[in-house]
Amino acid sequence: MARYLITRAGQSLLTLVLATVVVFLGMRALPGDPALALAGEDRSPAGLAAVRHEYGLDQSLPAQFLHFVTHALHGDLGTSVRTGLPVSSMLGAALPVTVELSVLAIVLATLVGVGAGVLAAVRRGRPAEWFANGLALVGLSVPHFWLGLLAILYLSVATGLFPASGFVSLFDDPLGNLHHIILPAVILGTGLAAVIMRQTRSSMLDSLSADYVRTAKAKGLRPGAVIGRHALRNSLIVVVTIVGLQLGGLISGAVVTEQIFGLPGFGKMTIDAVFQRDYPVIQAVVLITATAYIVINFLVDLLYSVIDPRIRVAGEA
Amino acid sequence: MSVVEATPVTVAAPEPGRGVRLVRRLLHNPLAMTSLVVLLVAVVVAVASPWLAPYSPEQTDFSHTFSPPGTPGHLLGTDDLGRDVLSRLMLGARASLEVALLAMATAMVVAVPLGLAAGYFRRWDAVISRFTDLLLAFPFLILAVGLAAIRGASLGNAAIAIGIAQVPSVIRVVRSDTLHLKSLDFVAASIADGAGDLWVLGRHVLPNATSVILVQATVALPAAILGEAVLSFLGLGIQPPSPSLGTMLATAQQFAARAPWAAVLPGVVIMVLALAFNVFGDALRDALDPRGSRR
Repeated sequence: MARYLITRAGQSLLTLVLATVVVFLGMRALPGDPALALAGEDRSPAGLAAVRHEYGLDQSLPAQFLHFVTHALHGDLGTSVRTGLPVSSMLGAALPVTVELSVLAIVLATLVGVGAGVLAAVRRGRPAEWFANGLALVGLSVPHFWLGLLAILYLSVATGLFPASGFVSLFDDPLGNLHHIILPAVILGTGLAAVIMRQTRSSMLDSLSADYVRTAKAKGLRPGAVIGRHALRNSLIVVVTIVGLQLGGLISGAVVTEQIFGLPGFGKMTIDAVFQRDYPVIQAVVLITATAYIVINFLVDLLYSVIDPRIRVAGEA
Repeated sequence: MSVVEATPVTVAAPEPGRGVRLVRRLLHNPLAMTSLVVLLVAVVVAVASPWLAPYSPEQTDFSHTFSPPGTPGHLLGTDDLGRDVLSRLMLGARASLEVALLAMATAMVVAVPLGLAAGYFRRWDAVISRFTDLLLAFPFLILAVGLAAIRGASLGNAAIAIGIAQVPSVIRVVRSDTLHLKSLDFVAASIADGAGDLWVLGRHVLPNATSVILVQATVALPAAILGEAVLSFLGLGIQPPSPSLGTMLATAQQFAARAPWAAVLPGVVIMVLALAFNVFGDALRDALDPRGSRR
């Protein structure tokens, strides 16, 4: 176990370092002088010199990289050229919104996806399975931002059941917060629910035809117990992996969903930054996303190996 | 030279008539055929759209803005600038398919050789696997954001971002299939026979990995269509006034309550295209599944 842990941690760390290099070089690949991009409006020679010094652009490339990394490690991700605020404090305000949205979407998608997947596997060849399969295919094929648009048009504007945009903090007004975020979370969760459903169904079908399930049935266990305690438990491993793998898609989806519902999260900040050519913010956003992805997938792997000992053994081999 | 020439070991790998069986299975699947017909119609309309479209997609007509569907001369209505929605949908679908094909081709060209190499050469496996991890760390939209920041927003850059985002999963699938093929007797026999690595890869591994690659390509297309729509919707893809299903939705959002058709129809086209690819992809995978069962 320890060896597997160390190998995985080493791999993750290496990926993280490489990702940092990519982000750093990406900034240098910008057309023109990066100082011009970083300086924003202030393009006086003195202003540019100050920016060059602040970002270490007057130093050699390796020194610049070291400068970038040490500052990032100290939580200093630069200053937004548009708002003049430290990027870290902008992130501090935006990230909780996105995390809340994503967690809620994952929870909803898992509940619906696992439920529908089990139903489809147990009711194989019956209308319930066709219905669940069809729904999953549509869920995979529908553009979520369009679904969001329709939801705003027909649920928010027409009936007034949900607010069309805006956000209140979870800590100021929990109920109002839920009211604002539930519709975006449902929309964001649709695709994930479809993927989870298909995987759950497929691995449940495998489990249901496995010997240990036949044994469980043969010794007279109730069908509910066979499905819940034996078949489903093994299928859940797949769900954990899927959520990890789909994280990138979820982050992309969150960006779009926030844009449509006007949620002041990470995604909206990203898109605004691109159109305002706010390079320090873009750089931070890319770096934070890559880091989050790597760290969360490392944790998913750990969780995975805790649930299924076979993985650890294979990893050590 | 009295040494007996070693006859080349030829162990029959692909059973004859595999392609015929595949086509027959697909022909007997009504869902597969329906989706194929939908796709063929879409491709024909997309290719012929410059001639088929009743209006130029960029032609504005300020005396006929927001005409509802069914208006004489505008079957699917007009938008805020009086542009014909049907014409824009046709050319938008064309752009979607272009980006999807370009993205899929990018993904395959990059990922298939890397997947083969990772599965075949043990020494390369670790390097390519780290590369895969690295790519995965940049979600598709973040990649597109970075690319748009560096190179500007355009159809080509959108396709590259979408294609690169699909590279890791294709590498993984091709790698695992290569690992499996490498362990089979006919490949081992060929290696034992002294065949060079490139020969074995090109002659034995790649042809037998075709079905897996084909399925991956079919899976990549609907994802690319959705990806293009998202990027264009956000303004990171095809730039207005060029018609794209995503940009149509972005502008329609502003007057959705007044002209809901302009907000509904492009989404329906995206969904139908993606659904047809997904259904056909599922059918193809089922037909290629040696177990022959519907999973």
